[in-house]
Amino acid sequence: MNVQRGVELVVGLFVLAGIAALMVMALQWSNFGASRVAGYEVTARFDNVGGLSVQSPVKLAGLTIGRVDSIEIHPETFQAEVRMVIDDKYDNLPADSFANIYTAGLLGAQYVEISPGGALESLGDGDRITMTQSAIILESVVSKFLFDKAKE
Amino acid sequence: MKWSLNAIARLGRLFLDGAQHAGSMAFFALELAWVLIPTWSRPRDIFQQIYAAGVLSLVIILVAGGFVGLVLGLQGYNILSNFNASESLGVMVALSLVRELGPVVAALLFAGRAGSAITAEIALMKTTEQLAALEMMAIDPMRRVIGPRFWGAMISVPLLAAMFSLVGIVGGYLIGVVVLGVDQASYWGQIREQMEAWDDVAGGAIKSLAFGAVIALISVYEGYRAEPTASGMARATTQTVVLSSLAVLGLDFVMTAFMFGA
Repeated sequence: MNVQRGVELVVGLFVLAGIAALMVMALQWSNFGASRVAGYEVTARFDNVGGLSVQSPVKLAGLTIGRVDSIEIHPETFQAEVRMVIDDKYDNLPADSFANIYTAGLLGAQYVEISPGGALESLGDGDRITMTQSAIILESVVSKFLFDKAKE
Repeated sequence: MKWSLNAIARLGRLFLDGAQHAGSMAFFALELAWVLIPTWSRPRDIFQQIYAAGVLSLVIILVAGGFVGLVLGLQGYNILSNFNASESLGVMVALSLVRELGPVVAALLFAGRAGSAITAEIALMKTTEQLAALEMMAIDPMRRVIGPRFWGAMISVPLLAAMFSLVGIVGGYLIGVVVLGVDQASYWGQIREQMEAWDDVAGGAIKSLAFGAVIALISVYEGYRAEPTASGMARATTQTVVLSSLAVLGLDFVMTAFMFGA
């Protein structure tokens, strides 16, 4: 009787520990929480998004404030239209803010960096950031550098 | 001439044996599926088997997970520092463990540690005619002996695999951050940035659940159909380990191709 109870206790602990291990990895150590930002939507059009993808971070001063929600081609301008969800906490971004695509490290993942502008009115749900700078494509930078060198 | 004919005949027999084996395993699986739910009318039997298969495997799983993590940290650091990317050590260790090494290595260790024990136990029960005695008493051995062992193994494997991955990531942390001096914040930060809860963690868990089902099925089948002799038991135990390992590795490739490929 006692032995059976001991077994049940140990098995209970074992099952709990296994589930806890899964939960820690799934909820704490993954980008689970970040992938569901409650916030407002902002769009921006880029000539070239490079390696940006859905779920890429949107950063302000290096801190993640949102996620890229979708990337589509705008049918008239043929630019890439990036829809971002930004945390409601940051609802006072100036309307003339700048959106750049940067790379974390030399070969790292790409992200959208918001540089705040100076306007008094702020971005709201569905607004578009008009001033953007595309991803830097390494090949074009290298070839530009080489051609400039060759001209000298 | 005669020699080559014999060789072809042997090949044919091998194929027929394999097909017969697969066929009878499929029938056995159907028979087992029929009693899987009724087995839960005696949950204590299942808890007992989770204890025997899962809890008693904890030591080997945790120690192995720790060492795999340590080695991954060491090797990963050496390779990544060639590219000046040692900050990515965390995500490399974590993704290798969660996606592949955790489910696969835990399943292989489990097949050797617990699958063989299940087979040996059932085969001995058969050899000493305990299964026949149960049937004499109108107790279905499928329900009282096979079912609980199947459930015990199938439940244990995903839990063990999750703990294996967790301990491995901590092992990689120990060697990478504490010993080799990778920045702690980037170790965890890169993991958090790039590990997906759904694709990676849940994908690994689904994999290990499938491995658990396969190992459990092979273990109980080999025991149940073992030849009731000493050498038959030995063969059944060996067969369990060999078949389970091959099945896990093959299934891993197929599942990976479906889940992460394309």
